[in-house]
Amino acid sequence: MEQQEKKFRLNVTRRRFLTGAGLGIGSAALGTLLFKDQLFGAHDVQSLPLGIAQFAPKAKRIIYLFQNGAPSQLETFDYKPLLNKMHGEELPASIRMGQRLTGMTAYQEKFPLVGSTFEFSQHGQSGAWVSELFPHMASIVDELCFIRSMNTEAINHDPALTFFQTGAQQGNRPSMGAWVSYGLGSENSNMPSFTVLLSRGRGNGQGVYSKLWTNGFLDSIHQGVVFSSGEDPVLYLNNPPGHDRQSRRDMLDQLEQFNAESFETIGDPEINNRIQQYEMSYRMQSAVPELTDLTKESDATIKLYGPDCLVPGTYAANCLLARKLSESGVRFVQLYHQGWDTHGNLAGDMRMQAEDVDRASAGLIKDLKQRGLLDETLVIWGGEFGRTNYCQGKLDAQNYGRDHHPKCFTLWVAGGGIRPGTVYGETDEFGYNIVKDPVSVHDFHATLLHLMGIDHEQLTYRHLGRRYRLTDVAGNIVPGIIA
Amino acid sequence: MSKRLTFGLATLILIGIGFFVFSDQTTMGEATVPTTVDFNYHVRPILSDRCFKCHGPDANKREAGLRLDTEEGAFAVLKDNPSQHVVVPGDPLSSELYHRISTSDTSELMPPPSSKLSLTTTEIAIIKKWIEQGAGYKRHWSFIAPEKPSIPKVDRSLNPKNPIDHFVFAKMEEMGLSPNELADKERLLKRVCMDITGLPPSIEMQEWFLNDASENAYEKIVDELLSSRHYGEKMAIAWMDIARYADSHGYQDDGYRTMWPWRDWVIHAFNKNYAFSKFLTWQLAGDLLPHPSKEMLLATGFNRNHKITQEGGVIDEEYRIEYVTDRTNTFGKAFMAITLECAKCHDHKYDPVSQKDYYSMFAFFDRVPEKGLVGDIQLASPGDPPNMKISTQDVQHVLSFINKKEESDVTVMIMRDSADIRKTRVLKRGVYDQPTDTVNMNTPASILGFTSSYEQNRLGLAKWLLSPAHPLTARVYVNRIWNDFFGRGLVKTVGDFGMQGELPTHPELLDWLAVDFRESGWNIKRLIKLIVTSATYQQSETRSKKKQQTDPENKYYSYFPRIRLSAELQKDLILSAAGILNTEIGGPSVKPYQPKGVWESTTSGRGELARYVQDNGEKLYRRGLYHFIKRTAPPPSLLIMDASNRDQCEVTRLRTNTPLQALVLMNDPQYLEAARVLAQRTAASTGSIRDKINRSFRKLVCRLPSDNELNRLEAYYQREYKKYKGNKERTSALLSAGEYPQVSAPDPAEAAALMQINQMLINLDETTIK
Repeated sequence: MEQQEKKFRLNVTRRRFLTGAGLGIGSAALGTLLFKDQLFGAHDVQSLPLGIAQFAPKAKRIIYLFQNGAPSQLETFDYKPLLNKMHGEELPASIRMGQRLTGMTAYQEKFPLVGSTFEFSQHGQSGAWVSELFPHMASIVDELCFIRSMNTEAINHDPALTFFQTGAQQGNRPSMGAWVSYGLGSENSNMPSFTVLLSRGRGNGQGVYSKLWTNGFLDSIHQGVVFSSGEDPVLYLNNPPGHDRQSRRDMLDQLEQFNAESFETIGDPEINNRIQQYEMSYRMQSAVPELTDLTKESDATIKLYGPDCLVPGTYAANCLLARKLSESGVRFVQLYHQGWDTHGNLAGDMRMQAEDVDRASAGLIKDLKQRGLLDETLVIWGGEFGRTNYCQGKLDAQNYGRDHHPKCFTLWVAGGGIRPGTVYGETDEFGYNIVKDPVSVHDFHATLLHLMGIDHEQLTYRHLGRRYRLTDVAGNIVPGIIA
Repeated sequence: MSKRLTFGLATLILIGIGFFVFSDQTTMGEATVPTTVDFNYHVRPILSDRCFKCHGPDANKREAGLRLDTEEGAFAVLKDNPSQHVVVPGDPLSSELYHRISTSDTSELMPPPSSKLSLTTTEIAIIKKWIEQGAGYKRHWSFIAPEKPSIPKVDRSLNPKNPIDHFVFAKMEEMGLSPNELADKERLLKRVCMDITGLPPSIEMQEWFLNDASENAYEKIVDELLSSRHYGEKMAIAWMDIARYADSHGYQDDGYRTMWPWRDWVIHAFNKNYAFSKFLTWQLAGDLLPHPSKEMLLATGFNRNHKITQEGGVIDEEYRIEYVTDRTNTFGKAFMAITLECAKCHDHKYDPVSQKDYYSMFAFFDRVPEKGLVGDIQLASPGDPPNMKISTQDVQHVLSFINKKEESDVTVMIMRDSADIRKTRVLKRGVYDQPTDTVNMNTPASILGFTSSYEQNRLGLAKWLLSPAHPLTARVYVNRIWNDFFGRGLVKTVGDFGMQGELPTHPELLDWLAVDFRESGWNIKRLIKLIVTSATYQQSETRSKKKQQTDPENKYYSYFPRIRLSAELQKDLILSAAGILNTEIGGPSVKPYQPKGVWESTTSGRGELARYVQDNGEKLYRRGLYHFIKRTAPPPSLLIMDASNRDQCEVTRLRTNTPLQALVLMNDPQYLEAARVLAQRTAASTGSIRDKINRSFRKLVCRLPSDNELNRLEAYYQREYKKYKGNKERTSALLSAGEYPQVSAPDPAEAAALMQINQMLINLDETTIK
């Protein structure tokens, strides 16, 4: 793997020099200018990537498989046989403890407990419980660390998603990907350091919003760039009809001459920065399609993710794309997969959702592992909150639904710096309250940044009178999940 | 480290940046200790940034009972050692403050190492000197009402044109700088056109100005631009950011809303040159004026432009509180540049605004008969109560500035108060279900007391803002206008005039402008004319090596800054130069070209904005400010160019330089089409190729090209022409850009080659600079 990475970097460097050589007259001077600009060009020093981890990182890159809509912990990884035993009985007030409810069930007369309709069994050396919905994930539990004691402050999708992604329910703060980009910069000068992949399952969808990958008050170089495996992998990337790469090159050469002349007479260093950005856009035009082309993957790889991975826009295709982006040095790859909002028809929807994500999620872990990348890549799988142990709407023999539940839910993490084959935290027998080792969203963020070698209290940005950070004023590292 | 070596040179350089950044996390001023230490300029920024968090205005988080934000606190005896004073004026060695910041004993050191904050040796020396010089305290500069200072004298040979220049040149002299010569006529013309109307000068206008040798030629241009109906459009853009205007509700399902008549009103108000006092009063309290007209009511839409949720299941009160919070924070930021939001959950850490103060302001906006959740997205109306219907008859009679073509009524959200609807309470930690003490409408005494002469409502609040004794309103507005024209405020932090904000570079000029603005009857056009007719504004943008070294940030305005056009104006310039801009004003927002899937890949699938249905025909060529803003998926071509996502009040935009911006300018069909139509029209016209290139250049770059430039372009043209001449297929592919009707040119290859020239010119750095 080390070798492979080295080779990739050499290629990148070589490509840079090759394009430099194509510039003709003055290209050597331009080369020095480019490097100099990275140091001194931008006027706002704060908005440059910090470029170095603050202490030895355990992970270099993050892939976040966000399960948007909130998959139920009770049908996935938090096995509660008591609920099956008490199926249909009222949720005891001693368990609920007056917890606030959403507007959808607050006026419900009864809160009948409901057991999972899916079977659970234990897997691997660790003996982690996984429901029958996820056979592929069950096969890799010894690589995973389940956090069963996640909890959040928000009770509805928009604020909960926003909280998970930006550390605040409201307020247009930078996304965690933007923070990581700001803190660590890019490993690949041809690619953005923060990318976003979107897909939708067949279950009840809740939408995503561009504020989830916003740079907020950070420089817009840290904004998440949406990628897809379709024809236009990045917005505006493709040259229009009638153009080819050579005519682009010719235009850029013209442009560079005019711009360099402006710099000579006016002396504004921003002009050189601009020349540099045009060159990078040109490099992206060749680097990105190479990377997003999934057709050249081996049969063995396709088998790992499942045949869906060749259908652009599917979750499976995005998982494969995420591996390729991450492998190329993209710091933060953020996926969103919609469809987990099971207020009703939980039995049917969960099955469809699981079918779409199980194999590819597990495939990603296996693929990273076989490429030797798992040790340095942190993978996260989970939603924005949990679901209630009682039924929303009518409980009948065939089906049931579950409302939002912020007090406990499960997600898993794997790879760079994570203690594999562990289950962390514990909920009560009703799957309603946390009884051991609660992990808040701020704690989670603090831990992720720690694994990336960043002290969450030091990664700050001063904006409108105060120092902001991803973890706001909270967050404790969770040593129990760290290897 | 061995692994890291493989990362190559770039990483090594980045490591260098890393160290640089870590040692320079603050924005403290000069690295030397001044001869005379000034509390406001030198000491408070250090105390505020490093000490106030625990020893400042927040009573609940105050450590050891010590506060350093007031004189009493600083001169007091120590709580646990009454024989020792915090600060003994004139005697740093007896002052506990100096001891604590300079000690080598880490158990006593302040700020404590655990805070991850520290003082530099220079900062410690400044505090020491301040104590030696008597430890004088002053009120924070921005909380003292401005007075009109006298205009400084400057050397006549520098040719100052108005009082602005006197202040600016005097400061330059102090810094050993001198102003640049005036910009050449063409560059100045483009600058002032883009600044006032946001539209580039036509070739005719360029000719006219170049040939007008009269002394007041420039002033004539300025007057003409200020009376153009496009002035209001240009001015509206910044105000729409402040007012967080959008065409959708925001949040999850993000349904449609029709607040565009409010935007039409803003354009109208600027065009009619409404006094800023009237502009402010109508927006804050038009509904509370005696016998409010429909126009006054429409203006109050300002306070309803915030996001509104339609997510089933949200808790009503949680969101209603969110809306009132948004209004309160917007009020603080937009009119006073105070970060009120910091006091929502606890007393402000840096500024003298308590949590009680916050909710006393909040109370002004808390009487609206509204709901937090507006029902089902499928049923939700574009305008939730309180609202107002605008009929065709209204438009014919009283609201003639509204561009309404459809027969049906348009619903806009407006403000209304129900006096006894609810009591406002302080919310513990800002949480909606933790109400504590009841508060009345009031303002922070530290800014300006709210006397009984003011009505206990938003109208009283507007009058309070406009009081001559108010220290902030006029200063904040003139600073923001200054920032729009110079790319940098006299106070750089245009959204924060508090203790953590930057100090003004030209405090006297700021105060002079503020008082002059108020005394002129809050006349906005007059303020702008004063700015653009100053010699400071008319300087060339050339920066000598010396200036680049001594004034790299252009703090002293010793040259004119090169500022990239905003996202909207970039589009306006290109479409206008190509002759395809639709100059219609106002009306419902439009949906021009947009890459496939931007809405579709993010939507929940509910509501009428689930899918993007692109407009056709003349709607494709409207000005940038009319782009439909769907908050959860704003237009990418604008967002990439640093436009606001309209999530909340923004008083200034970032200015960045990224590869995605290059891709937009090179590949957005909107710009390819502009290049194509201009090329086809030029090709179809008479004249030599050199003439044709010359004309395109003048349209897009707004000046005459040099011979050298023309030679180069002509050579480039010839190379491109050869490529296309033999390749019909490629030629017609290139010329297929956009939906605008094809203009037939005798030789399509000529049009294709000219299109390449145009595209290059569109991407030219100079073209994108104002």
